[in-house]
Amino acid sequence: MSANLINLLIEATGQTLYMVAIATLIGTALGLPLGVFLATSQRGELLSAPWVNKVLGLVVNATRSIPFIILVVAIIPFTRLLAGTSIGTTAAIVPLTIAAVPFIARLVENAIREVDEGLIEAARAMGATPLQIIRKVLIAEALPAITLGLTLAVVSLIGYSAMVGAVGGEGLGDLGIRYGYQRFMPEVMAVVVVILIVLVQLVQSVGERIAARVDKRAPKGRGQ
Amino acid sequence: MTQTQHQGASIAFKAVGKAFQKPGGGTVSALENVTLNVAPGDITGIIGRSGAGKSTLLRMVNGLERPTSGRVLVDGRDVGAATGAALRGIRREVGMIFQHFNLLSSRTVAGNIALPLEVAGVPTAQIKPRVADLIARVGLSAQADRYPAELSGGQKQRVGIARALATGPKVLLSDEATSALDPETTQTVLALLKDINRDLGLTIVLITHEMAVVRDIASHVAVIDGGQIVEHGRTYDIFAAPQHPTTRSFLSGVTGVTLPAFIRHRLSDAPPATGGDEVIRVTFAGEHATDPMLALLTTELGIAVNILAGAVEEIGAQPFGNLLISLPAARGAEARAYLERHNLLTEVLGYVS
Repeated sequence: MSANLINLLIEATGQTLYMVAIATLIGTALGLPLGVFLATSQRGELLSAPWVNKVLGLVVNATRSIPFIILVVAIIPFTRLLAGTSIGTTAAIVPLTIAAVPFIARLVENAIREVDEGLIEAARAMGATPLQIIRKVLIAEALPAITLGLTLAVVSLIGYSAMVGAVGGEGLGDLGIRYGYQRFMPEVMAVVVVILIVLVQLVQSVGERIAARVDKRAPKGRGQ
Repeated sequence: MTQTQHQGASIAFKAVGKAFQKPGGGTVSALENVTLNVAPGDITGIIGRSGAGKSTLLRMVNGLERPTSGRVLVDGRDVGAATGAALRGIRREVGMIFQHFNLLSSRTVAGNIALPLEVAGVPTAQIKPRVADLIARVGLSAQADRYPAELSGGQKQRVGIARALATGPKVLLSDEATSALDPETTQTVLALLKDINRDLGLTIVLITHEMAVVRDIASHVAVIDGGQIVEHGRTYDIFAAPQHPTTRSFLSGVTGVTLPAFIRHRLSDAPPATGGDEVIRVTFAGEHATDPMLALLTTELGIAVNILAGAVEEIGAQPFGNLLISLPAARGAEARAYLERHNLLTEVLGYVS
């Protein structure tokens, strides 16, 4: 493999990491509060706002129904508005983030809903405000599950990022398609796949390690 | 201890009712017209079967449930009508402990006890010494940095108690706090609650389905059945002379005094035509509990007494005995009159031929 190709691979890996990292950061910044709200705003819950909950739930579901490749193309005008251009790696972050927000929101919602009702009751009995309960009880207790959820989100985003080549997003997936497939260079395709496998493995094991560190519950199988 | 002001508060339930909406329309009544007064510093046990409404009643004291009719007053303040900051203010004066402890798994012992102080906005510098005092008070100084998953059930409940005491409450609510513990641990937790009641003078209301818990700790007891209080008063009086069938069935469980099966199956309501024995429950109360009344019955009246079952125990500091005896049916009335004259309570359970 030529030095030129190796440089391309390194560059593509950097682009993939860049897109995924920014999309994860913004996706979490927006998805976390959205997920917390979805988990606490049904009738009778802490932030009871059933109608807003329903509307946001619909929006989240609608966004998640759109196949990613269609989303990328469909929101090109919006991408141009936000990123100034509709092609390139930075532009590709826009659809990635838009896919990440509802995904992360649902993962966070599920994690928060797993927290024992009794803890909310205990906090209410202490005279905690809803925001205190969310911050000091719900998020703190759901942290292991949220960490695993974010790990899943990053892995999914690495997969999604392979599709942004459709709008000139570059990155590993794009390199694999253009060189490995369109230029008949199977060895490039193979290296791209190996790098993706390694990346995903790395993300998964780091995520699991962090989740285990923040998890102070008794190990499964030993009761409580 | 750096003591925040502790002192018991009174609790008054005034004609309290609670109806829940059924999903298909209509309502289910959980509590009806409950009136109950708890004096400051009392330990009151509310006993009832599951579904009797005792949990709903307890949770009204800190506003986790609101009455649909009537009022609940804590220290004269209407909990049911309080909202927002006023309600949170009342809640900081009412600590609560739970059957399943409800500790945060993500926080250490010290962290869990600090939580209500953080919530109340106590400055960090004051939280640390206060938490250390509370941990010492419940005897967990060696476990301060452990996580709940590393503790036994009894230790977890001690953390729960320390957490409930953190903000210096006037009332402590116990929601089946010993139901998940083994008998030995239950005793140590109850002893701790007693100490706290004595040292800090705070009012304790506990709900339980175990009469033994009431016997061991409560100065007063209320029996709840079908959403209504069917009997209440001083624990000793209720144990000595239970009026309601529900109370009696709870008591027979705890006093351990039940008829042996071979007699129970032969028991009839009417005396046999001739001969036969009368089966009597004799309840010894107060100082008479230790008098050798049955021996006197035999020596003074010459009536032979057969003991079928019995126990003498303590309620509060007073002895309390419960005996099931049989004696010749022909002399039953005479024997009962003699015992009643000596301040014992008797109850005819039936006859065997």
